[in-house]
Amino acid sequence: MLIFLNHLINGISLGSVYAIIALGYTMVYGIAKMLNFAHGDVIMVGAYICFFAISSFNLPPAVGILLAILVCTMLGIVIERLAYKPLRQATSLAVLITAIGVSYLLQNGAQLLWTSNIKMFPSFFPGQPVELFGGELKITVASIVTVAVCVVIMLALTWFTGQTKVGKAMRACSEDKGAAQLMGIDVNTTISVTFAIGSALAAVAGVLFCSVYPNLTPTTGSMPGIKAFTAAVFGGIGSIPGALLGGVLLGMIEIFASAYISTQLSNAIVFAVLIIVLLVRPTGLLGKQVREKV
Amino acid sequence: MLKVNDINVYYGAIHAIKGVSFEVNDGEIVTLIGANGAGKSTILNTVCGLLHSRTGSIEFLDKNLAAVPAHKVVKLGMAHVPEGRRIFQQMTVEENLEMGAYTQARASVDPNLERVYEQFPRLKERRRQVAGTLSGGEQQMLAMGRGLMSNPKLLMLDEPSMGLAPILVEQIFDIVRQLHKAGTTILLVEQNARMALSVADRGYVLETGKIVATGTGDELLHDEAVKKAYLGG
Repeated sequence: MLIFLNHLINGISLGSVYAIIALGYTMVYGIAKMLNFAHGDVIMVGAYICFFAISSFNLPPAVGILLAILVCTMLGIVIERLAYKPLRQATSLAVLITAIGVSYLLQNGAQLLWTSNIKMFPSFFPGQPVELFGGELKITVASIVTVAVCVVIMLALTWFTGQTKVGKAMRACSEDKGAAQLMGIDVNTTISVTFAIGSALAAVAGVLFCSVYPNLTPTTGSMPGIKAFTAAVFGGIGSIPGALLGGVLLGMIEIFASAYISTQLSNAIVFAVLIIVLLVRPTGLLGKQVREKV
Repeated sequence: MLKVNDINVYYGAIHAIKGVSFEVNDGEIVTLIGANGAGKSTILNTVCGLLHSRTGSIEFLDKNLAAVPAHKVVKLGMAHVPEGRRIFQQMTVEENLEMGAYTQARASVDPNLERVYEQFPRLKERRRQVAGTLSGGEQQMLAMGRGLMSNPKLLMLDEPSMGLAPILVEQIFDIVRQLHKAGTTILLVEQNARMALSVADRGYVLETGKIVATGTGDELLHDEAVKKAYLGG
């Protein structure tokens, strides 16, 4: 029972990281109707920035995280401006291939700058794990922080898209860009803001992911990136609560599969579940069935 | 107020608007009528900057709109209620109206909301409802209310009667008259030519991208050619 609880907590914690990454995919998809496959590599860049800030420049972890957020936010805006904005009228296939190209560019750029040697990401969550049931159940500080950060981000985004003017403009753009322009909304700026938010979240996710899985390489971002994309589709791409649900479920499935079935097969099981869900509900768990009204 | 001078608009190789010129004066209701595909909506979309003309000019309040991007046109005092309403289906009625006031100062949003709710009491009853669940007539009211939220000097209505029951069409045209009385200049695009001409001060008849007739609403209503082509004899 305690072992089960332990796996459950690990699953939720890992799933929270996926959820934070999935938010970036889902928000960008919702507004720009594109899959930003470079999103996973922004995570890696964020982790590297934080790593160097702490290890090479001896900055406090908080400053390292802020720096990572800042750099990734700017990186997201620049990527959108240079790679995706010129393709606003192009076919979605062209945009998709460009996104894959940007992904490779970031990975190889990182390899050039920082080599492919594994860097050990510092563990900077201090303190002893919280012990329950007389030390039988240990919950690490990293797990608690990860889940808490995920909850805070979800609440903040829900407030942002539901209550603020910019957030509402974002929803308007995601429904109908032409009509949004008629309202006076600058669609290009709104898309930039979305990329900025998604990339800032990627930086946070990168730091959280690497503090649990500390082997940092230029391809570190690709696996969590693909899994978070899966989570976003699983929950219903374009839906913010869907990203949370998909992320947490995916994390739990992965941990339970590797604990009770097979470590080698855990990734295969994760993707098999995705296939089954999409067969039964093509729009994902919380995705809206789009019915066009004539 | 609005001067459109010799615009030519293309969709790829298709020459959709061929040298159209017209104007709307302060306080008028002007209508563009014509069959499906004549280019009525294309003209409105070009005026508000969603499409671009290869030639000529569009002047609004003596300002050339050539270099003004679509999202900045609203701020100049032009509101476009597009064909098919295009309300934000997943947002609430009130959020839709707030989006209409996107370019307005925060302080003017509430008084504008009050005014629109007064004009359309139905919308007030449904303010918290998701817009996609409204009926067709209510959606049209919402689209018009959303356009009015920006305090426009010129209101462009694209097929406001489309797909509505006759009684609702009457209601929509009553509102058009009221708005006009309150001082809003209106550019009305309609397939329902009889209705449109009966409220309009002046009209232009559009045929495959060209203006083929113009006159006051009354003149066009009694014009033999217009009668034959658009008013059922």
